[in-house]
Amino acid sequence: MRTKIMADKKTGRIVKVAGPVVIAEGMTGVRMYDVVRVGNLNLIGEIVELHEDRASIQVYEETTGIGPGEPVTDTQAPLSVELGPGLIESIYDGIQRPLNALVEAEGEFMSRGNLLPGLDREKKWHFQPLIKDGAKVGPGDIIGQVQETTQILHKIMVPFGVSGTVHKISEGDYPVDQPVAVCTAEDGTETELKLMQKWPVRNARQLKNRLTPDTLLVTGQRVIDSFFPVTKGGTACVPGPFGTGKTVVQHQLAKWVDADVVVYVGCGERGNEMTDVLMEFPELKDPRSGEPLMKRSVLIANTSNMPVAAREASVYTGITIAEYFRDMGYTVALMADSTSRWAEAMREISTRLEEMPAEEGYPAYLAARIAAFYERAGRVQCAGTPEREGALSIIGAVSPPGGDLSDSVVQATLHVVKVFWSLEGRLAYQRHFPAISWLTSYSFYKDSLKDCFEDKDQGREMEQMTVEAMALLEQEAELLEIVRLVGAEALSPTDRVSLETSRSIREDYLHQNAFHEVDTHTSMPKQYEMLKTILHFHKQALVAIKADVETADIFKLTVREDIARAKYIPQAEIDKIADIRKTIEDQMKKLHASVAT
Amino acid sequence: MLSIKEYQTVSSIAGPLMMVEMVDEAKYGHIVDIELADGSIRHGQILQVENDKVLVQVFEGTRGIDVDKSTVRFLAKPLELAVSPEILGRVFSGLGEPKDDGPPLIPEKRLDINSRPINPYARDYPNEFIQTGISTIDGLNPLVRGQKLPVFSGAGLPHDQITAQLARQATVLGKAEAFAVVFAAMGITFEAAQFFINDLHETGAIERAVMFVNLANDPAIERIATPRFALTAAEYLAFELDMHVLVILNDMTNYCEALREISAARKEVPGRRGYPGYLYTDLATVYERAGRIKDKKGSITMVPVLTMPEDDKTHPVPDLTGYITEGQIILSRSLHRKAVSPPVDVLPSLSRLKDKGIGEGKTREDHADLYNQLYAAYARGKEAQELAAIMGEAALSEEDKKYMTFADKFEAEYVSQDYYDNRPVEQTLDLGWELLSMFENVELKRIDIKLIEKYMPKFRKAEREA
Repeated sequence: MRTKIMADKKTGRIVKVAGPVVIAEGMTGVRMYDVVRVGNLNLIGEIVELHEDRASIQVYEETTGIGPGEPVTDTQAPLSVELGPGLIESIYDGIQRPLNALVEAEGEFMSRGNLLPGLDREKKWHFQPLIKDGAKVGPGDIIGQVQETTQILHKIMVPFGVSGTVHKISEGDYPVDQPVAVCTAEDGTETELKLMQKWPVRNARQLKNRLTPDTLLVTGQRVIDSFFPVTKGGTACVPGPFGTGKTVVQHQLAKWVDADVVVYVGCGERGNEMTDVLMEFPELKDPRSGEPLMKRSVLIANTSNMPVAAREASVYTGITIAEYFRDMGYTVALMADSTSRWAEAMREISTRLEEMPAEEGYPAYLAARIAAFYERAGRVQCAGTPEREGALSIIGAVSPPGGDLSDSVVQATLHVVKVFWSLEGRLAYQRHFPAISWLTSYSFYKDSLKDCFEDKDQGREMEQMTVEAMALLEQEAELLEIVRLVGAEALSPTDRVSLETSRSIREDYLHQNAFHEVDTHTSMPKQYEMLKTILHFHKQALVAIKADVETADIFKLTVREDIARAKYIPQAEIDKIADIRKTIEDQMKKLHASVAT
Repeated sequence: MLSIKEYQTVSSIAGPLMMVEMVDEAKYGHIVDIELADGSIRHGQILQVENDKVLVQVFEGTRGIDVDKSTVRFLAKPLELAVSPEILGRVFSGLGEPKDDGPPLIPEKRLDINSRPINPYARDYPNEFIQTGISTIDGLNPLVRGQKLPVFSGAGLPHDQITAQLARQATVLGKAEAFAVVFAAMGITFEAAQFFINDLHETGAIERAVMFVNLANDPAIERIATPRFALTAAEYLAFELDMHVLVILNDMTNYCEALREISAARKEVPGRRGYPGYLYTDLATVYERAGRIKDKKGSITMVPVLTMPEDDKTHPVPDLTGYITEGQIILSRSLHRKAVSPPVDVLPSLSRLKDKGIGEGKTREDHADLYNQLYAAYARGKEAQELAAIMGEAALSEEDKKYMTFADKFEAEYVSQDYYDNRPVEQTLDLGWELLSMFENVELKRIDIKLIEKYMPKFRKAEREA
């Protein structure tokens, strides 16, 4: 095996320190984006600018106490993450340091210069080969598997750039950094294949082909699934002012989305929110498998008080881990909360580098970076054999200042994402959650809705119903305008029914209580039943009006309370919702009878 | 240990900044002492080092400093607070120096005021309900231990009374534990600070309080350090002496303005309204120091106060604060004019951590459904109020009228209470039911039917009898 040349590690000297940016001289031969260790405290940094032998370094840790003259050492590698068994159930900071292990190593408060590996070196995993000695392999080929958690069968893949003939492959218990096989290339070079591989975070992982994302990613959130759905491999963004529930939406998706793996990136957000995830995920059960949600989750937490440069890196760390699981053929969902903090981190570094700013002080490359990030999502044919298909969806929260959607980050994001969930302060004040505005949000994936029902007719019907419901909601906005101008008396009975139905759609369907045991998640069949019931009432009411029944009598029907409470009917008793439709008919019949007499 | 080095090489002074040259061994973030020609001492902190040039921000301002005769001493350490259990009951300056007539403090240790971030994995989720005795907080926006819940106020609104009431009444139900109040005044008037201090004196809570006071006429740059001193004291009390600490930071707008002054002096590219681009990060390093830690008894609960210029919630200071803190209590000028006090604007106010702090065993099982319903009904009543203002009450439908009556009663009976009225949480909850008793069950969609059946009857009966 070739040994790396350790002797000529390049060392320079610090000449300037200004917050998270350090400038060092004597750095000849270093490359852009190489990781360096800075100062006597051995802080971790990354090279972001080079002028001859002068390098600008963004430092991932607090720089207090660092000064000119101290050394800077090149590690000769770009910022990379370790990929292998042990990722699931982990909680990392922005540069993949395991936070749980750090607590043991250094206590409750983060110290500096500590570099623990992302994957535990002690733990042994049972490796089960899927190929035999002598097999020819190429990049991305699956050579074996490890049962990582009850939920995840971790496929061990040949790293990119390696191909040849496999030998010495054997079943057994291995730590991540020990060889499980050796691969000999045609020119005779041997590469050890381990459970673990590394990948530089700023580069997208390779793939064979990109496919159009057309399967619905079911989230169990009614307003999302029925009206503004996202697909496996699709991209969505959730902008909104503070207090409108961005984080709750992200948490709800992380909990209930029908993906195999969930990567949750808390980027520059609240510490207590991450704690909430950490405490809740091991308790909550995945509705599909019945296993704790933690068994399919990877968490990245770089809270707002942790160093700003590591915040910039955290989204890349997250997406690289997500891509790695996609490469195994899994459906992966990545939640990034919030991408605005990531953009602000870019701005802060850019300012310290004294770059010429574009809008609002953000660097000119902001839009390009955001686009490149979202473009790493997608449904793909993975590299290597056997043939497999993976998907990676990205759902990014955006926190525009003052909730102003003309903000650069929102605009740059809207250029690339296909789904827009617009959170509105007005709805949040009424405690209408999720506060996703039905009038301004959109989704380009609506066509996929009908395909997620086994019964084709049901799918078409659902699609038809959502169109109908949306039309009612749009009509409501106009009708309310009329009410505001001339009063409710001016409305025709038909319009009054429409108003009541749209209120019912809003309150009984779109409104969903994330903290209610049953209401927190609604399956597609239940969504279908609920919407059908609401619209059934609407149609029956219109018929009744034609027969001269008073609108006031219709609105007094007790069945309306049943409709309102349909959301609390558990999945197992879903037939009860269909029963409500019978009750509607019965009660309407009585009204008709009373008019007739 | 490094020996302390002295330099007389000040090369330029501009605004609050000073450049010192030919310095060796200067470290970013460390502090300096500046001795003026007349022997007086000022304090500064290193903002940038480049080769042998050092940029220093001077906390007390640069007036009177000259280029030739000033001596700069590099102390080779960050800003520190000397702590010991004796800090309780004491008053400090905005730079952490005792400024009352008390005896000199014998420090147990010195702590870096910048602290270090709490590892998110070590945090414990805040879920212990704090009873404040204020209905709009307890009932609708419950505060829990370890939360940071700011008060968004405006000039002329009674935020001082509210924070004083909080400091006076806040308790955890059924527990008598060591508590402390840490108060940081940043650029507020003598009167405002004295009001708070007097209130603590009256209740005897002064013994359990630590105060860091930077008044409106004290050096502005000093304010950048003041909240960090206060939080260092709070961390010491909470995580080393096992106390439950309530930190009040008043007023964060002044803090941000000081930060802007430094940023402008450094000629940095400004963000919105001239505030620096890193304002979010900087505020986070203050606010995120609230919280709880697993296996530690104490906690830090934080109530920052800020005044919104022109009552504008989208101004960078309240806006960025709202993105970091776990909710906000917003005060309303129109309620204040209507003599509703405390004038808490219920609809945009929010407590993000409420859900884990309430319910059976903490407050009462009906709490969550009840506040959801109160919010929904009040929001609808508010809309009706607005409609009535445009078209006159006569144009409202019967239903809208009912909701408007509800909103009026809600403001008069629920929101409004005396600053010395300490309502137990059960009373607040019952008050909610009483107000909702004017609606039919079918209108109370947000409440579980079982809870309505359990809690409502007695109020409906009382209503009918009346």
